[in-house]
Amino acid sequence: MNSEAPEMTLAAVRVPVWRAMAAIIRRDLRASLRQRQDLLNPLLFFFMVVTLFPLGVSPEVSFLQQAGTGILWVAALLSTLLSLDHLFRHDFDDGTLEQMMLQPQPLFLLVLAKSLAHWLLTGLPLVMLAPVLGIMLHLDGNSIGILCLTLLIGTPVLSLIGAIGAALTLGLRAGGVLLSLLIIPLYIPVLIFGTGTVAAASNGAPVGGYLALMMAFLVLAVTLAPFASAAALKISLSNS
Amino acid sequence: MWQFIRQLFHKFGSPKWFYGIASKMMPWLLAIGLILLLAGLVWGLAFAPAERLQGNSYRIIFIHVPSAFLAQSIYIMMAVAAVVTLVWRMKLADLFVRAVAPVGAVLTFLALFTGAVWGKPTWGTWWVWDARLTSMLILLFLYFGVIVLMSAIADEKSSARGVAVLVLVGVVNIPIIKYSVEWWNTLHQPATFKLTEKPSMAPEMWVPLLFAVLGLYLLFGWLACLRMQTEILKRERRTRWVRDLAAAGGN
Repeated sequence: MNSEAPEMTLAAVRVPVWRAMAAIIRRDLRASLRQRQDLLNPLLFFFMVVTLFPLGVSPEVSFLQQAGTGILWVAALLSTLLSLDHLFRHDFDDGTLEQMMLQPQPLFLLVLAKSLAHWLLTGLPLVMLAPVLGIMLHLDGNSIGILCLTLLIGTPVLSLIGAIGAALTLGLRAGGVLLSLLIIPLYIPVLIFGTGTVAAASNGAPVGGYLALMMAFLVLAVTLAPFASAAALKISLSNS
Repeated sequence: MWQFIRQLFHKFGSPKWFYGIASKMMPWLLAIGLILLLAGLVWGLAFAPAERLQGNSYRIIFIHVPSAFLAQSIYIMMAVAAVVTLVWRMKLADLFVRAVAPVGAVLTFLALFTGAVWGKPTWGTWWVWDARLTSMLILLFLYFGVIVLMSAIADEKSSARGVAVLVLVGVVNIPIIKYSVEWWNTLHQPATFKLTEKPSMAPEMWVPLLFAVLGLYLLFGWLACLRMQTEILKRERRTRWVRDLAAAGGN
């Protein structure tokens, strides 16, 4: 028995990290698909916010064509913010998060997996809904294509940066509003380049540089944000 | 030398030691800071020559530039203190962040406000969505975030470390924000002082400006010490030395 014990620990260590990450993603997807309302809420919110602009500002085609990408980007940003509160909340409440921390795999990679699952559940559906709303806002086909591309690159950045705020505000009473206050300033560069790309495209300027910068944001967020989120999670859990 | 640095480092772990050192430094910081700032302001506002194109309205830079300078460097100082908090868990570093974040927010607001007042006669508008203005506004938001988070986490230790993480995330973002808005849209002139070049202004203008900047730095040091002392007294109110201090103070 004694000689077996160390081997068992070694075997536990040897679970490849990608498999642990895949397990987290699979679990989050499955849990969300069973709680469909959570999945649908950000999308409905996205749709409704976009509807407010033609009604509240102006339904004129010229206005909507000019402001459409900005409206879609801001609405996508807001609905991502709205969904972030759930990112760690359930796992925090039922103790899963504590178990995640006890895993031999590095926490930042597990956090990366959770952010990726969050993007698959909120960011990706937003990207898929965007063309429909783009048509309703009278955007032309080329703009819609570029818009979807920028959202495809930009929404994972929103999820990754947002995870930092979600981890920091975990277990605090004023969580939701606080999270928005902390995260919105950090979202601004993504918003500027997201809408800037589409504006450049509709002016006929080359968009390669813009897209490269957005990819740079994505790479930066993938490599740095999980570390900050993991550190914030450790702090929040030591608090409770 | 190394030994001395290590000793100093250990001493910085002690709020009591800092309290004493700060009390000794504060009169000097206050006196020299006030003299420099007043000299710079009086010289700049009353005696420096008027600008060729803008007339007298340019004089607001004697307030605008020092506060903008401080607003940015306070955030950088906070980031350094945040690293110290996370790596060495030094209480004093967290006290510093706590003490100066509101000061930084006020100075950022002052820089934005004086900029708006100057912009009205010169650019013909209170506000433009220009690169520099926008990135200062975002800096103000970052300060607000830090202040809000500070008061939201009740536990002292996790508050210190949570705030430190946020400050560091913000500092990574500052260059990104700066360049993103700079490429986006710009009207503001380039920096007034650069380390590598001679200022392009006349010496009668930049010397008082330099006085005002240095004076405000020293005054900021004084204010930071004062606010840190207050926080130390509040946190250590149950310890012996604070009680002795209160008894000796006679009130």
